[in-house]
Amino acid sequence: MTVQSDPHSATSLDVASRDTKGTSRTTGALVRKIRTGAPVVPFLVYVILVLGVPTGTIVAFAFRSNTGRFTWSNIHTILGTTAQTLEFRTGFENSLKLAVVTAVIPGVLGTIIAYAISTSEHPAFKRITAATSGVLAQFGGVNLAFMFIATLAATNGLVTKWLAAIGLDPWNHGFDLYKFWGVAFVYMYFQIPLMVLIITPAFAGLRPAWREAAEGLGASRWRFWRHVGIPVLTPAILGSMFLLFGSGFSAYATAEALTGGTISITPIQIGSILQGNVIAGEQNIAYALAFAMIVILLVSVVIYVLLRRRTSRWLL
Amino acid sequence: MASLELGAEIADPSQIDAPYGAEAPLNKPQRRFRWGRGAILIVTAAYFVVPFYAGMEYSLQRPTGGFSLTPLSQIASAPGFASALWLSTQLAVITMVVVMALMVPTVIYVHLRLPRFRRVMEVITILPIIIPPIAYSVGVLESAPQWLRNSQYLLAIVYVILAMPYVYRSLDAGLGALDVKTLVEASRSLGSSWLMTIWRVLVPNLRAALMSASVLTLALVFGEFTIANVDNWQTIPVWIYLAPTDNPRINTLVAMIALLATAVVLILIVSLDRSQSRNSRRSA
Repeated sequence: MTVQSDPHSATSLDVASRDTKGTSRTTGALVRKIRTGAPVVPFLVYVILVLGVPTGTIVAFAFRSNTGRFTWSNIHTILGTTAQTLEFRTGFENSLKLAVVTAVIPGVLGTIIAYAISTSEHPAFKRITAATSGVLAQFGGVNLAFMFIATLAATNGLVTKWLAAIGLDPWNHGFDLYKFWGVAFVYMYFQIPLMVLIITPAFAGLRPAWREAAEGLGASRWRFWRHVGIPVLTPAILGSMFLLFGSGFSAYATAEALTGGTISITPIQIGSILQGNVIAGEQNIAYALAFAMIVILLVSVVIYVLLRRRTSRWLL
Repeated sequence: MASLELGAEIADPSQIDAPYGAEAPLNKPQRRFRWGRGAILIVTAAYFVVPFYAGMEYSLQRPTGGFSLTPLSQIASAPGFASALWLSTQLAVITMVVVMALMVPTVIYVHLRLPRFRRVMEVITILPIIIPPIAYSVGVLESAPQWLRNSQYLLAIVYVILAMPYVYRSLDAGLGALDVKTLVEASRSLGSSWLMTIWRVLVPNLRAALMSASVLTLALVFGEFTIANVDNWQTIPVWIYLAPTDNPRINTLVAMIALLATAVVLILIVSLDRSQSRNSRRSA
């Protein structure tokens, strides 16, 4: 494994020199390497068994037919090439749409809020808002869904009642908490704080010297942002949005608890296959769906990392 | 930061170079933005506070009006709650013991002897965050042997993986703040064994890191819904979702308590980290 092919690990070990007695030089080196690597073996074995094997299973079975041969048919199925399998295609489309909406809107709002916070002159206020966003970014799942049902459920939700009292009942204006936009609205409760949390350091990195230089050269506030601020921040903002995309794309608990599993997005579809609410023989589809989700997530994380590398050229 | 500097400049007009005539045009947008900022922050605060209030009101309001704390006393007797709490507690304890036994010696050893392995650990421990829990549960449920598949403890085994990212980061930061090498050499040269060194020297020094790691693990196990739900085990979050209580307000109340507990736990960890970094600065 990685440990044994690592030349430095052996040289950094001083104690092991006594093992070389009586053995040939190469065997001694090998024994040393194994000895050095041995203490991390339990960790590696655990990770391989409980993380590696399940992930490998997903990848392998996504391309396996019921008879155990290699096949593309599972992938074709989830891409919705036939009328019967159209639901999976719709699922992906909805999931991607939900992820994009809950990345872009909270991304923009979070950036504005982070800027408003970063211009504050009270360090205590900054500390409190940072801690609060850290807490709120973790508020996903069942609990959040129940909180929003109490807030925006038809007729009985608190805010629904408030708005109805002034003649603006959202449910009479096309809003449905248990459909796409309702779910998106609830996701924003953890996506906005997540954005604030990851974009705030970028604002701290905007050097005062740049603004002073721009002002010294006669630039207006708008021109400073147009030519310096926004171009420098763009990779950071885009990168963070990809992270939000991943978070919105993989969320399951909130949508399941809010809609009772009725919204057709990919995580919910996987969940219902796993719980056996499907026709027999669809098991392979769960692998293919899970595989596709992992691929999409990996792509968005890679883009995030690349954009962050680009960000660090200007912002530290 | 930038506008902090700007504000200071305006407060002291003598610092502004008169020829640029910067004073007037700078002053105005600054003031206008103040209003904008206030409005943004108030709307934001409302979006985050109102649902919280709604949840509390819904679960604690009496039908006749006014608030009452009696729903709190009804939680314990709600059908299924006690067994869900017991299951979640068991899972939390097992997960914590296993993840600590696995990670503490490994991370310490890697810090001391295999620094090049840190990159590998970092990549491995980021994976559970990247892989969507629902996709991961597909792999787990299909690859686990049947006897394990039928056991609720499969969840604890899986939660160890989910907790690894948080535990690794806490420990890594905690060890980074210590002079591990000197501590270990001192302890070893005085004749203590490796296990003794870890237990009597390193663990006490890592108390804050271990605290935040275990509290995060606890929060994770008590909040995990996805895998428990698709594996059909009624842990606390699954109970909140599925419990057929005669009073749905009880479920919302438990959900609100869970949110409050999460907040308290996270604030605790932030303050632990702060005191830890303060200590390390003092010793430096």
